[in-house]
Amino acid sequence: MAMIEMKDVSKWYGPVQVLKDCSAAVNKGEVVVVCGPSGSGKSTLIKTVNGLEPFQRGDVLVNGISVGDPKTNLTRLRAQIGMVFQHFELFPHMSVVDNISLGQVRVLGRSRDEATARSMKLLERVGLTQHAAKYPGQLSGGQQQRVAIARALAMDPLAMLFDEPTSALDPEMINEVLDVMTELAREGMTMMVVTHEMGFASRVAHRVIFMDQGQIVEDDKKEDFFRTPRSERAQQFLSKILHH
Amino acid sequence: MLTGFDWDVIRRTAPYLFREGMTFTLTLTALAMTGGIVFGTLLAMMRLASYRTLSTAASGYVNVMRSTPLVLVIFWFYFLVPWIGGWLLGATRPIQVGAFLSSLITFMMFEAAYYCEIMRAGIQSIPRGQMWAGYALGLSYWQTMGQIVLPQAFRNMLPVLLTQTIILFQDTSLVYVLSITDFLGAASKIAQRDRGGLFRDQLRRVEPREAAPAPAGGSEPVARDSGRAPSWR
Ligand SMILES: Nc1ncnc2c1ncn2[C@@H]1O[C@H](COP(=O)(O)OP(=O)(O)OP(=O)(O)O)[C@@H](O)[C@H]1O
Ligand SMILES: [Mg+2]
Repeated sequence: MAMIEMKDVSKWYGPVQVLKDCSAAVNKGEVVVVCGPSGSGKSTLIKTVNGLEPFQRGDVLVNGISVGDPKTNLTRLRAQIGMVFQHFELFPHMSVVDNISLGQVRVLGRSRDEATARSMKLLERVGLTQHAAKYPGQLSGGQQQRVAIARALAMDPLAMLFDEPTSALDPEMINEVLDVMTELAREGMTMMVVTHEMGFASRVAHRVIFMDQGQIVEDDKKEDFFRTPRSERAQQFLSKILHH
Repeated sequence: MLTGFDWDVIRRTAPYLFREGMTFTLTLTALAMTGGIVFGTLLAMMRLASYRTLSTAASGYVNVMRSTPLVLVIFWFYFLVPWIGGWLLGATRPIQVGAFLSSLITFMMFEAAYYCEIMRAGIQSIPRGQMWAGYALGLSYWQTMGQIVLPQAFRNMLPVLLTQTIILFQDTSLVYVLSITDFLGAASKIAQRDRGGLFRDQLRRVEPREAAPAPAGGSEPVARDSGRAPSWR
């Protein structure tokens, strides 16, 4: 069953078309990696899934619910999809534990105590228990990103979206974030991950989507993608990235 | 220069100046600041809204207010608010609005235009990703604004908001046009009552002259307003 299904999604910024008839599906429990050159529309595509980027044509279904339908309650839908951003986007004026509790209290209606208990459990899971009372600015990039993952998980999401979660990190911090994501994938979380970490993709992903100039050029099983990408553009991209 | 200054006048008038004048000035400043920031923040959110009508209306309002002298606005409101209030309440005659309420509404509306521009810059200083992060958690627009964007914008803009509030504090003295006794008004009332009385020397110098024989033409004192023809003609 498809948890996320995109059907011919097209988007324009003024006269410029940034998504061209993108169709793809992410099944329940599946991990799909999205890669492609800068400016190819990966961020835009992944943000259409929870309606952060409106689109003009086509539709996206999440768990059977249409994102494009104006009658859909978008806030309710978004609460069921976790999202992790390139620049963490933690709330700098709140402590780490409050960052994780905010959505639980305001959206899910959990009590403060209940939310704090849950937040602490998630902090333990990402190995940051002793930083609960700190503010995001006092943490390293890798630690902040792990808090951001905990914040998204606190909403008990049906699926998780990651937009280049490690590309703003120093190399030595990348693995601590990838480890958390790998564990999440092992537990069967449905994940859509924009990343250039091909090591992660080859270890964890089920499928790889390659984008170029707003189009989905390849949508392959991981094994096929790394062994024999069909398009020339994907081959070029891979050779550039793997020989780095 | 101040050797002859009657320091006692301060001691004698301070209770009046502060109880009457300063209390009013501070009350007006505090209330107008609160109302102005709330209304100004709403205006800023309207200016940044993606709906054309909202942002046009808000920027029109802000531009008109910012290009109108405050004294004019105080006057207009003083005469308009009773009519508008009466119209809103469906009354046939203008309602009674005291000078205080009228000036409070004026300052709230006027300062809101300035607070709006400050809060707009503040909101724009927050990266878009913060808004996205709020939405991604399932927060509504108002929750995202109230919990995430505005607290940060407010904190970033605190020094400028404070400066604007000091300007407001000073501007409240313009309520004298409505004959309200604010701090300045209280001081000027005392000055009028005790005119010439602040310096003892001055008193001494004035008294003999007034006691001196009147100039030719009669005992009538010289008129203060020069518009009148001198009486000795
Ligand atoms: N607000 C905007 N207005 C106009 N064009 C935009 C806007 N945001 C993005 N674009 C354009 O849309 C295209 C896709 O952008 P997007 O951010 O999705 O690319 P990306 O694949 O995520 O790139 P990167 O790897 O650099 O993050 C780019 O060409 C970009 O210039
Ligand atoms: Mg991107």
